[in-house]
Amino acid sequence: MIWNEHYECMERESLLELQGTRLKEMVERVYFSVPFYRARLQEKGIEPGDIRSIDDLKILPFTTKQDLRDNYPFSLFAKPQQDIVRLHASSGTTGKSTVVGYTHNDIMMWSEVVARSLAMIGATRDDIIQVAYGYGLFTGGLGLHYGAEKIGASVIPISGGNTKKQLQLMEDFGSTLIACTPSYAAFLGEALIEEKIDPRKIKLRAGIFGAEPWSEEMRSQIEKLLRIKAYDIYGLSEIIGPGVSMECPCQKGMHIFEDHFIPEIINPDTCEVLPYGELGELVFTPATKEAMPLIRYRTRDLTRLHAEKCDCGRTLVRMEKCVGRSDDMLIIRGVNVFPSQVESVLLEMSETKPHYLLVVDRQNNLDILEIQVEVDEQFFSDEVRELEDLRRRIRANIAGILGLHAEIRLVEPGTIERSMGKAQRVVDKRKLH
Amino acid sequence: MIIKQLSVFLENRTGRLTELTGILAASDINISAFSIADTADYGILRMIVGRPEEAAAVLRENGFAVKVTDVVGMIVPHRPGGLHHALQIISDNNVAIEYMYAFASGECNATVIIRAESIEKLIEVLQEHKLELLRQSDVYQL
Repeated sequence: MIWNEHYECMERESLLELQGTRLKEMVERVYFSVPFYRARLQEKGIEPGDIRSIDDLKILPFTTKQDLRDNYPFSLFAKPQQDIVRLHASSGTTGKSTVVGYTHNDIMMWSEVVARSLAMIGATRDDIIQVAYGYGLFTGGLGLHYGAEKIGASVIPISGGNTKKQLQLMEDFGSTLIACTPSYAAFLGEALIEEKIDPRKIKLRAGIFGAEPWSEEMRSQIEKLLRIKAYDIYGLSEIIGPGVSMECPCQKGMHIFEDHFIPEIINPDTCEVLPYGELGELVFTPATKEAMPLIRYRTRDLTRLHAEKCDCGRTLVRMEKCVGRSDDMLIIRGVNVFPSQVESVLLEMSETKPHYLLVVDRQNNLDILEIQVEVDEQFFSDEVRELEDLRRRIRANIAGILGLHAEIRLVEPGTIERSMGKAQRVVDKRKLH
Repeated sequence: MIIKQLSVFLENRTGRLTELTGILAASDINISAFSIADTADYGILRMIVGRPEEAAAVLRENGFAVKVTDVVGMIVPHRPGGLHHALQIISDNNVAIEYMYAFASGECNATVIIRAESIEKLIEVLQEHKLELLRQSDVYQL
C-alpha cells in the first residue's frame, strides 16, 4: 500500500522542482537563524538568493559529525528552545554526544515517513506491532512508535532486551509485525526454538529491521527462524531517525523519502558529486526539518542510488544496502562506536595507555565487542585482584561512554601493532556485507 | 631480609612461558622458585631468581611487563605442624598475607615465599619469634 501517493509517486521532474523550492526556503531559514551556517555560507560567498533550483545544491558547503560535536549541544538549532519538543542524542566521546532536536512539525514529518515505511510493507490498523528497538535517547523506539500509531496499528512499546517477555507477548498478544535490529531478530528467532514455542501460535508476518548493517544471508536466516518477511529500514538521527528510506516488497533497494531528505552520492575524497549508479558516500539535506536543518550532511555510509521507477509504482530513488563506511565508525548492536571514544576513555584513566584494539565478532547472532588493552609496566600490579579491579573500571568507563557492554582483555605490552600511519584499531570478524 | 621477586604478566597462549624460561636460560639465570596466579585470559608469573635486577632487565628488553616486588622467604621445618606454627604467629599479629607459595628445600626445611601488606611488619614479627628467614644471598644456593 502507498501511504502518500502524491509524494511517493510524483513525476521526477516535479519532485526535483519541489526539492528546489524546499532547499531554497531551507537555506534562507538557516542563513538567518543559525550563525554557524551564515558564517559558512558567507565564507563561500553564498547568499540565500543564489539558490534557485536543486542544481544549486552542489555549491553549498558540507556538514560533518564534527560540526555537530563542535556545536554541542544546541548551536545548530534553527528554532528557539520553546519550539523544541523533543531531544535525542547518540553516544559521543566524553561529554560530546551528538544532539538532535525536533519541533512539533518535525515529529509530525517523522511520523509521516515512518507511516509511509510501514504502509510500504502492508501494515494497517489491523496490525499489532512489537517495537523492540530501544526507547530513549536512541531514535529507534520512539521513531517506529509514532509512525505505527499514525497508521493506527496497535503498538507494543516493549523496547529492547528482556527476551522471555518479548516471546511471551509475541505469543499472548499475537504480534503481527516486529521492529528491531536484525541481530536481535535473529536472536529472538533462536530463542523461540530454544523455548520450544509452537510456531503456529506466533502470528508474526513481517519485520522491519535496521540501525545496523546486515547481509542477505542474515536476511534469509531471520526469515527462516521467525517465518516472516524481513525488510530493511534506514535512517540516522542527524537526518531524522529511522524512516529516511525503506525497502518495498520489490526489494530492489530502499526508497528514500526525497521530498524531505534530498540525497546525493559523492566521492568521499574529492567531494565531487557522482551520478546515479556509482558507489560513493551518501549525503543528505533534510530540507523540511525545522529544528535542525543540516546542509549536505555527510553520512559516511557508502552506497549507490538508482532512479529508475520501481515496480511498486514509486518514483523515489532507491539506495542499496550500505557496503561500508568512509570513516572508522562501527555499528555494534545498533550502537555507533568510534575507536576514538575508546581512546578517550583510556587516556582519561591514569592507569592505562591508549594502546588498544577493538575486536568485533558475532556469536549466536549477537555482536560481541572485545577491547584489548595493553598492560603498561608502570601500572602493572602483581596481584590478580588489582588487575581485575582495573579491568572492571575500564569496562565501566567504556560502558558509560559507549552505552555498550564490552569485554576487556588485558594483553602484554607491545603486542598491539604500532603503526606510523593510520593505526589498525579494529578487527571486525562479522560478515556484514 | 627482603627478597626480590619478579612478577611477569603473561597472556594465556601456548609457548609464552617457554619463551620466558628460554630467555632466562640463555642469560644463565636460575629460577629457584615460582608460582603462577592465573585467570581466564592471563596469568601472573611470580618467581625468585638469582640476579633479579639483571633478569628483570633482560625480560623487559624482550617485551615483558615485569615488576620487582619485595617478599619474605620464611624457612619452616619440613614436618607436620611446621607451617601451622608460623602462620599462627603471623595471624596472631594481624599481618595480612596477599599471597604465598612454597617449595621444599632439602630434607629438613621448606621455604615459604610470602607477600604481605606490610613486609616490614612481617619481618619484625617473624624475627621476634625466631623464625629463620631467607636472605637474598641464599637464593643462589637453593
